[in-house]
Amino acid sequence: MMTAVVDTNAAPSSGVRAGAFGNATHLVCRECGANTELGPFYACTECFGPLEVGYEFPTITRMRIEAGPRSIWRYAPLLPVPADIATFRSTDPGFTRLVDARHLADDLGLKQLWVKDDSGNPTHSFKDRVVAVALSAARELGLRVLACPSTGNLANAVAAAAARAGIKSVVLVPANLEQQKILASAIYDTTLIAIEGTYDDVNKLATEIAAEEEGWAFVNVNVRPYYAEGSKTLGYEIAEQLGWRIPDQIVIPVASGAQLTKIDKGFRELIKLGLVDDKPFVIFGAQATGCSPVAQAYRAGQDFVAPVKPDTIAKSLAIGNPADGPYVLDVVRRTGGAVEDVDDDTLAANIQRLARTEGIFAETAGGVTVGVTAKLLSGGLLDPEAETVIINSGDGLKTLDAVSDRVGPKITIPPRYEAFSDFWKAANS
Amino acid sequence: MSATVRIPTILRTYTGGVGEVTADGSTLAEVLDSLEGNHPGIRARILDDAGALRRFVNVYVGDDDVRFIGGLDAQVAEGTKISIIPAVAGGAEH
Repeated sequence: MMTAVVDTNAAPSSGVRAGAFGNATHLVCRECGANTELGPFYACTECFGPLEVGYEFPTITRMRIEAGPRSIWRYAPLLPVPADIATFRSTDPGFTRLVDARHLADDLGLKQLWVKDDSGNPTHSFKDRVVAVALSAARELGLRVLACPSTGNLANAVAAAAARAGIKSVVLVPANLEQQKILASAIYDTTLIAIEGTYDDVNKLATEIAAEEEGWAFVNVNVRPYYAEGSKTLGYEIAEQLGWRIPDQIVIPVASGAQLTKIDKGFRELIKLGLVDDKPFVIFGAQATGCSPVAQAYRAGQDFVAPVKPDTIAKSLAIGNPADGPYVLDVVRRTGGAVEDVDDDTLAANIQRLARTEGIFAETAGGVTVGVTAKLLSGGLLDPEAETVIINSGDGLKTLDAVSDRVGPKITIPPRYEAFSDFWKAANS
Repeated sequence: MSATVRIPTILRTYTGGVGEVTADGSTLAEVLDSLEGNHPGIRARILDDAGALRRFVNVYVGDDDVRFIGGLDAQVAEGTKISIIPAVAGGAEH
């Protein structure tokens, strides 16, 4: 059944090679279930619903995966990428550390806690994972420009991946974006275009460009079904790093909600393929109160998400109209989890808490996740005895403003030993 | 009242491939009625069986997301530009 004919303008100029998408076989509408062929399609023509990649997996063994590269490409058979993906130039993201967070666990009152620290990716956020898969799809589809609307992490990842691959990139940002964020993408010699408007205006323009311009891959628009699959690798890695085991419960930050739903998909695929034992797991979502449409919908018992105007310092989570919001609600309800939120003060305090206890400096999204974990525990929703994983999706060096008025020198003294000694004695008395 | 409506690629089969059409009406609902009159079948792709905006469609009157300005009752001034956009583009980050 052929139903999606989105973006015929952006169709590949030449035929797609055999095996271009590995074990992926089709795209399927998550709303109405209509199937369509693999291509630069992202919305169902029947109902506008988002398309998702479907697969026919062969037998895949732990041994084969473990013999692969120390990057997301060790899971290539589970992604919509060709078998020879590791031979192409990309940022080779993934296989970030899973930190045994016993000090934070003690501080929170949890028996066993792990932090999946995705700030260790090449451009310091989980976005490198999704962009690497989007880059592969763009290459295989013959698209020549890698592009995105973004205010931060995604722009960094797109600009760096395109530089590494040697293809053109275009990054659209709001004109009032802070200089440090502009520089962090512009350094890769991307075509950075400042748009006079809000992020929502930029996003809308990107969608229109994706529909009109030939040969462009907007990573989170017209190749979004492939892009989003990259987040499954967070789930695969957590399970592999735990010794091929799925944790009892996991807390995941929610902006569009794609990361949460894809980690769930990753866990379910591992179970289906027999790579891990089938066991129950509980998934929790974390939002900032100033942009918490999914948490609000969860509490109201709704199965739809009413959009909000974001007002939070957690910019990387500030999506007022999250595309995957309804699916986040489905996942947390199916697994027995919840979606909670914390305010900006609390998230900043929890950036400090993670740094103080584990030596991990998280961006604002990480503060949200730690803060929500504490809130879920105090509310009795998170089981303190169960093995828990939380995601830190980005690096605190990207959101220094969040803590700039909270930490700094303990004291300023003249360069004399007596001054130091007086301070030190007082501080330790 | 006459408005300009930007048609997404996904719906251009209804407009003979045209990306921008005109429609009449002083509210979004009336504009969609007018659109349906000129391009039969298109409204059912934008609205669900209950007559509400589909979950994954974003409609803008001018620069405003209609979900913030009254939905189908959103007022449409003479010469306004209306955009219909698939909502799958997730936004900034995660």
